[in-house]
Amino acid sequence: MTPLTFRRDEPAARTSGLLAVVKHGRYVIGENPVTGFAFALFVVIVFAAVFGPYVVPYDPLASDTAAALKGPSAAHWFGTDQLGRDVFSRVVVATRLDFVIALASVALVFAMGGLAGVAAGFFGGWTDRIVGRLADTIMAFPLFVLAMGIVAALGNTVQNIVIATAIVNFPLYARIARSEANIRRDAGFVMAARLSGNGEFRILLAHILPNIMPIMIVQMSLTMGYAILNAAGLSFIGLGVRPPTAEWGIMVAEGAAFMVSGEWWIAFFPGLALMVAVFCFNLLGDGLRDIVDPQRRT
Amino acid sequence: MSEVPLLDVRDLTVEFHTRRGTVRAVEHIDLTLAKGETLAIVGESGSGKSVTSYAVMRILDRAGRIAEGSVRFTGLNVHDATEEAMRDLRGREMSMIFQNPRAALNPIRKVGRQIADILVRHVQAASNDAAEKAVEALEQVRIARPRERYHAYPFELSGGMCQRVVIALALACRPQLLIADEPTTGLDVTTQKAVMDLVVELTRERGMSTILITHDLGLAAAYCDRVVVMEKGHVVETADSKAIFKAPAHGYTKKLMRATPRPGVTLRDLLPEDSPSTSPRLRGEVVARSAAGEEAPPRIATVEKAPHPDPLPASGEREKDGVGGEAEPLLVVEKLVKEYPRQGAPAGLKKLFAKRPSPEPDVFRAVDGISFSVDRGESVGLVGESGCGKSTTSMMVMRLLDKTDGMIRFAGGDIGEIPAKNFARLPARSRIQMVFQDPTDSLNPRFTAARAIADPILRLGEAGGRDAVRARCEDLARQVGLPIELLDRFPHQLSGGQKARVGIARAIALKPDLIILDEPTAALDVSVQAVVLNLLQDLKDTLRMSYLFVSHDLNVVRLLCNRVIVMRTGRIVEQGETSRVLKAPEADYTRDLLAAIPHPPL
Repeated sequence: MTPLTFRRDEPAARTSGLLAVVKHGRYVIGENPVTGFAFALFVVIVFAAVFGPYVVPYDPLASDTAAALKGPSAAHWFGTDQLGRDVFSRVVVATRLDFVIALASVALVFAMGGLAGVAAGFFGGWTDRIVGRLADTIMAFPLFVLAMGIVAALGNTVQNIVIATAIVNFPLYARIARSEANIRRDAGFVMAARLSGNGEFRILLAHILPNIMPIMIVQMSLTMGYAILNAAGLSFIGLGVRPPTAEWGIMVAEGAAFMVSGEWWIAFFPGLALMVAVFCFNLLGDGLRDIVDPQRRT
Repeated sequence: MSEVPLLDVRDLTVEFHTRRGTVRAVEHIDLTLAKGETLAIVGESGSGKSVTSYAVMRILDRAGRIAEGSVRFTGLNVHDATEEAMRDLRGREMSMIFQNPRAALNPIRKVGRQIADILVRHVQAASNDAAEKAVEALEQVRIARPRERYHAYPFELSGGMCQRVVIALALACRPQLLIADEPTTGLDVTTQKAVMDLVVELTRERGMSTILITHDLGLAAAYCDRVVVMEKGHVVETADSKAIFKAPAHGYTKKLMRATPRPGVTLRDLLPEDSPSTSPRLRGEVVARSAAGEEAPPRIATVEKAPHPDPLPASGEREKDGVGGEAEPLLVVEKLVKEYPRQGAPAGLKKLFAKRPSPEPDVFRAVDGISFSVDRGESVGLVGESGCGKSTTSMMVMRLLDKTDGMIRFAGGDIGEIPAKNFARLPARSRIQMVFQDPTDSLNPRFTAARAIADPILRLGEAGGRDAVRARCEDLARQVGLPIELLDRFPHQLSGGQKARVGIARAIALKPDLIILDEPTAALDVSVQAVVLNLLQDLKDTLRMSYLFVSHDLNVVRLLCNRVIVMRTGRIVEQGETSRVLKAPEADYTRDLLAAIPHPPL
């Protein structure tokens, strides 16, 4: 079927640049309020990550044995843990660490997987085969077990959690970038770039990469949630971040022991924070996809 | 007419809900179609002709709706019918042929099965004789060996064959109404003629009514009884096809007719009557040049003096103003060959163990030893149907593709020996440029027009700072008649014609000696095509470039080219002066090509 062609006539009426993006964003949010909600949640998370330590009522590491294992109250919104630390303060302060781990690992995997995938899709041949087999090898392992192995082998540090999470996500990025670059490698504008005297690497970085960025950004938002979960999971089983650092995974692990005796709040609230964060990034990814995807631009 | 017409569209308005409010694609149109009549709806892109047909079939997409008016099909109101009733109607009583036959067929189902499916759906056949009837349907659209083709998948068939299958699908249940939406736009002229003749013959013999939707007035008039001309969602004229060519009443129809390339007209005749004798671009050009303190090129005077320059100057005259008759031509191609491995050819081990050598050679020659030359300041047309090797040839000359054998000499140097991947950064790169077929596809969606034009300057030209590059971009935009304020827009914010201008500006940015035009107007409406062709002619005259014009449309080639080369299956069947080749073709194939161009009744 021919696409409806009447749209072609009106670009003259369109506004350009940033304003149009904002306008379009507003339109998408108007169409789908859930995306607006996700954006609001995202702003809250970023606020907690940046200003958390300055706004919380208690020191997240200060113990007060007199007030240990108290349930949620006006003084301690989320209750206190076995050492009398304020759970609310710890949950808020932990946002920064989890957020930074997720962000760093997503940036790293984008740099590794994204670039390798674009090169594989654009050059094909041996580059494609090497990147493809590398991705296959990583996918041959259960991903969480692989991440555990990497952290155990490299050493128990935050930095290694970032690396492990990035490696685990490598195949996903490489594949998406590969297929997106592959469909563009014979496009007219790539040929035109060659005629203009661009070398192959320049075409790759200056012409193809910017075109697949929107899709990659959506992917990054979707993986953010997974990266947070992965980091928390590793901490939960005792790899990576070590107590007494405030981190959602550790807090859930510590609180799990008290669930049976009825002190549910110690594990519940960090778990809830984890869920909300993952939920937010997934919704955000869906919303971004709507903004980026021209199919939705009706 | 006293009897009830087959299709009666009254006061139809179709609205689309978009994020910038409601858009009316079609406004208050009336159409009637009697039994056995063929009607053409003609208009340029955005005129609402396809939307009208979708409304008739009630297959508008979710955002669209019939806002006002009625569509009556044999007295039944299509707007009020239930979806179930419509499903019964579609395919059995009214059916449609789509523009892209390959997309209209299910790629993973045998074509014969697809026809059988629709027969069974509309109870025209039972499961035991559906296959037999499908073969009959294939036979009727003159597919050779229909029994074998029944088992073919769409990708195994050529574009023309696929369109025949789609026609067989559409006609399988002997509907009363056939809507053909640009049925031949993607096809070669000879295939177009075969397909259109077939459609007309089959529908006449069955007493069916046909609506042909097309942008080609010539095609419409040649095959239809009546023509409806649409512009921006309105019907501007309805008339007999004979009458409309003799005396078009509406201004838009006149403009459309003028812009259609046809025998016996010059390039300037295509432009609307009221436009000044020299195009606005040329005047802008002169201003820009004098403002830049440059000496006006000497040829510009000639152009301004003659409002209708003959694009086919006598050969003597060409030699006079050429760069010396004895000098070597700008481009010489000798015995050029491009071979591709044949698909499915046995390779390696398989070859060793094959029982007997395959009857066909393992390689396919896309270009088979062709030789030609292009002089300085000359336009040469390279004409042929799809698959004839014209694009492969142009890609090799362009140095985007490596040759298998032969020689390509450009301005005295052998460029054929330089591997394509090394050519990009050589100075010679800037001397051969190209204008691509699809202006949308050839512009980077994330580059503004200015950035796209500046790209070759930044890479290969003397850049000389931001301001200098910007000034050069504006200069080029003025030369190609692109408003300066559009330079900061992205491709999706530009119209087809504007994008074509950006592509041309980019190609001339480095002042090349040779430009390869790969069907530069194939994706454009006729009125835009007329302007772009004139622009190309003007640019050639002022910048003294040579053109190698790759096209399938002889009527367009005739307007722009001094010489024409006709190619078929990788070989040159005929070459010579355009006027000679078109008036007295020597090769049978050229004659076939010329005969296939639709001739409106005059």
